[in-house]
Amino acid sequence: MITLLYFAWVRERIGRDEERLALPAGVTTVTALLDHLATLSPGHAAALADRAAIRIAIDEDFVSSDAAIADAREIAIFPPVTGG
Amino acid sequence: MITTRVQAEAFDAGAEAAALAAGRSDIGAIVSFTGLVRADDGLTALTLEHYPAMTARQIAAIAAQAWARWPLLGGTVIHRHGRLLPGDPIVLVAIASANRGAAFAAAEFLMDWLKTRAPFWKQEDRGDEQRWVAAKTSDDDAAARWETP
Repeated sequence: MITLLYFAWVRERIGRDEERLALPAGVTTVTALLDHLATLSPGHAAALADRAAIRIAIDEDFVSSDAAIADAREIAIFPPVTGG
Repeated sequence: MITTRVQAEAFDAGAEAAALAAGRSDIGAIVSFTGLVRADDGLTALTLEHYPAMTARQIAAIAAQAWARWPLLGGTVIHRHGRLLPGDPIVLVAIASANRGAAFAAAEFLMDWLKTRAPFWKQEDRGDEQRWVAAKTSDDDAAARWETP
């Protein structure tokens, strides 16, 4: 089981801020995870449609889309940050 | 060290800067930057969402990088979250050093990195309309220049 966190408009489109999922065996990278999540609901699909606008953190560190997710506890999915 | 705080409450930039120098005579420069909410195009409120555990960790990491890179004598970084109104302070970077060069550079570095690495998202209210702020490539460019010293 893995914990997924969603923020900002990703959270709004998916309709929740967190979910826990068991991932299929073939889902081993961030890209594969996003492909899988996009099949879960129309909201997930809408949130993840524009991959260029999606940023990922694994266990609170930014990662790229080819990162492995094997040891992840918590994966956060969100738009580019706009603080400061 | 550079103290970092993420909080909903307002802060007093003057008091924070003064506290850095209190009781010391080795500090020759304090650079203090405060970011404020602008009432652009009828903006009525700005709400900052964040990822609390990652925010604290990323800001501490950014502060540690600044500390390692310049000869600093102290610093305070405060970033607010929650609902803010035009004129409210959002972010403070106050940096103390013996001389101004390091203090200016570290403060600018910290702001550029906070904009691009700290997981905050701004949502603007204009009356009943709400809109997420889009990231600016100019902010990415500003942060990238620190990668090639």
